[in-house]
Amino acid sequence: MTEVEETLKRIQSHKGVIGTMVVNAEGIPIRTTLDNSTTVQYAGLLHQLTIKAKSTIRDIDPQNDLTFLRIRSKKHEIMVAPDKEYLLIVIQNPCE
Amino acid sequence: MEIVYVYLKKRSEFGKQCNFSDRPADLNIDILPNPELAAQFVERNPVDTGTQCSVSMSEHEANTERFEMESRGVNHVEGGWPKDVNPLELEQTIRFRKKVEKDENYINAIMQLGLIMEHCIKQNNAIDIYQEYFDDEEEVEVTEEASSAKTINVFRDPQEIRRTATHLSWHPDGNRKLAVAYSCLDFQRAPVGMSHESYIWDLENPNRPEMALKPSSPLVTLEYNPKDSHVILGGCYNGQIACWDTRKGSLVAELSTIEFSHRDPVYGSIWLQSKTGTECFSASTDGQVMWWDIRKISEPTEVVILDITKKEQLESALGAISLEFEPTLPTKFMVGTEQGIVISCNRKAKTAAEKIVCTFSGHHGPIYALQRNPFYPKNFLTVGDWTARIWSEDSRESSIMWTKYHMAYLTDGAWSPVRPAVFFTTKMDGTLDIWDFVFKQSDPALSLKVCDEALFCLRVQDNGCLIACGSQNGTTTLLEVSSGLSTLQRNERNIASSMFERETRREKILEARQKEMRLKEKGKAEGKDDDQRDEELATNLEEMVAQAEKEFFDIVFTELKKKEVEAMAKKTKPQKKASLEMDEEVEGDYTGEEEEVSDEKSV
Repeated sequence: MTEVEETLKRIQSHKGVIGTMVVNAEGIPIRTTLDNSTTVQYAGLLHQLTIKAKSTIRDIDPQNDLTFLRIRSKKHEIMVAPDKEYLLIVIQNPCE
Repeated sequence: MEIVYVYLKKRSEFGKQCNFSDRPADLNIDILPNPELAAQFVERNPVDTGTQCSVSMSEHEANTERFEMESRGVNHVEGGWPKDVNPLELEQTIRFRKKVEKDENYINAIMQLGLIMEHCIKQNNAIDIYQEYFDDEEEVEVTEEASSAKTINVFRDPQEIRRTATHLSWHPDGNRKLAVAYSCLDFQRAPVGMSHESYIWDLENPNRPEMALKPSSPLVTLEYNPKDSHVILGGCYNGQIACWDTRKGSLVAELSTIEFSHRDPVYGSIWLQSKTGTECFSASTDGQVMWWDIRKISEPTEVVILDITKKEQLESALGAISLEFEPTLPTKFMVGTEQGIVISCNRKAKTAAEKIVCTFSGHHGPIYALQRNPFYPKNFLTVGDWTARIWSEDSRESSIMWTKYHMAYLTDGAWSPVRPAVFFTTKMDGTLDIWDFVFKQSDPALSLKVCDEALFCLRVQDNGCLIACGSQNGTTTLLEVSSGLSTLQRNERNIASSMFERETRREKILEARQKEMRLKEKGKAEGKDDDQRDEELATNLEEMVAQAEKEFFDIVFTELKKKEVEAMAKKTKPQKKASLEMDEEVEGDYTGEEEEVSDEKSV
């Protein structure tokens, strides 16, 4: 368990990272560094988006699968790493 | 074997006009198949032909029904918790989370995902992967894409009784709102129950106007204050000037008193450049131009009567239909009149008579639009009757450039704010023309049919890309112009200014020549007395023609009578001959007379 802690701490300490969260398959945030309302919003929306993205990749080529999802917006970049049961979401402010 | 068709024509009928008539089909030649010739052919086997095996496809275009959009928000509430966990109970949720964190899967998953994630994070920090590398380089000249414009949005008048959209004004900040003035300009034919409201539309929402302005009389013109975007000036159909503050609501904030206002609909109203930002002026077909301060709008601060004979007579004043003011030339303004004359005025003149500086006449009908070129203010565009004309202040006799006469009346026109050589015009048949005279001078560069009914007004947004045009049944269409027409081409300013100068010089030379010719004629006229005689002859021409006709017929009838008398005399001699002669004479009367008459004349 401490490895998990370490990993998440390390990720959070990188330059520009605003927040990190882990969401399970039902969209429940397991671990988060942001406040509850924001987390709930991100969790709900990104969960659906990831499922859609995954099904898109799979529809085009059933052999393929989604490995990473990156959404770049004007203000920051949202990165989603999907797994079978969990989602790791990181919001970073890319320094340019 | 030669196939020949023979026909005959009399020599006397050469040159006669063709009289076509129907006749049934005529078989000229019939060549029957000859089976013996088939023996000369050799059969070819195999024969190569090409075929194509592909999916047959067809292209269809369908226009969807207009759909209504509404903005809605979703409130996110926590959910997804299993049944036994109550999301509000902190203990339960913490317990649940702790349980999940102990799961083997969880640990493995996080380790894996953490790895990938770190890679991306570091990537982001190391280099901007979305950096544009070739931004600094000059954009390569985009090869001529055909200029185009497409409709982005249509704003329809929500009222049942449709009114004409008579004036448009863009919001000064950001241009995301459009104020449209609606009124019925048919003289005294406004339908009963027509609403007086005018609307402000938000470009994002074409279904419902953002705000309604409620004057006591329909608005003919509407203008946002360029300094204060909450203040709107409106000119009413009954001649009053009204002012709104959009923060305060839809009712009129200030209204001028009807006794001191115009007597006719206010066709032009523009804000002035002033320190207070509260001054404006308006013009109407009653022949007056009035200056107002909206803080004290009950009375105009100044009135000028558009009497070009400089006698200040309201009876001989010309009605104003368009007004022009350029903030860079604050002392001058121009008025376009119903009589087709543009009057250039100086605001700062001491006496009212000196206010009117000069006039430019050239249109046959009211001048509906008048605007200076934003890059070269000495040249201005006027739109009226069937043409659009470009004038130069130096050339007063005639315009320096003009379009051909169109089939429909031109109702409004405007320069493009980004390109000095581009201007837009709208016509009564619902077309919008975009003219680019560095590209083509005789025709519009692009002509679009926007709608089936007449277009009444036009306004270009400050970035030169979006154009709004209002039509007769109140529909405002928003069009986007292709980038070729809204970006400044290299060298365009030079070309445009040199064209203006060249045309101005040409007009000046023509003017000078005409003056010379007029002086010469005057000189001649003064020397001769025949002038008077010429005039008298001219008036008597008609009488002379009548006289000549009478003489001619008299001669003809006398000849006829003579012939009859001779014929009667000859009757006693061989009757056949006489009858023949008579027949001939009767038939050939007309021609015979002419010949006789001509013989007489020649004799």
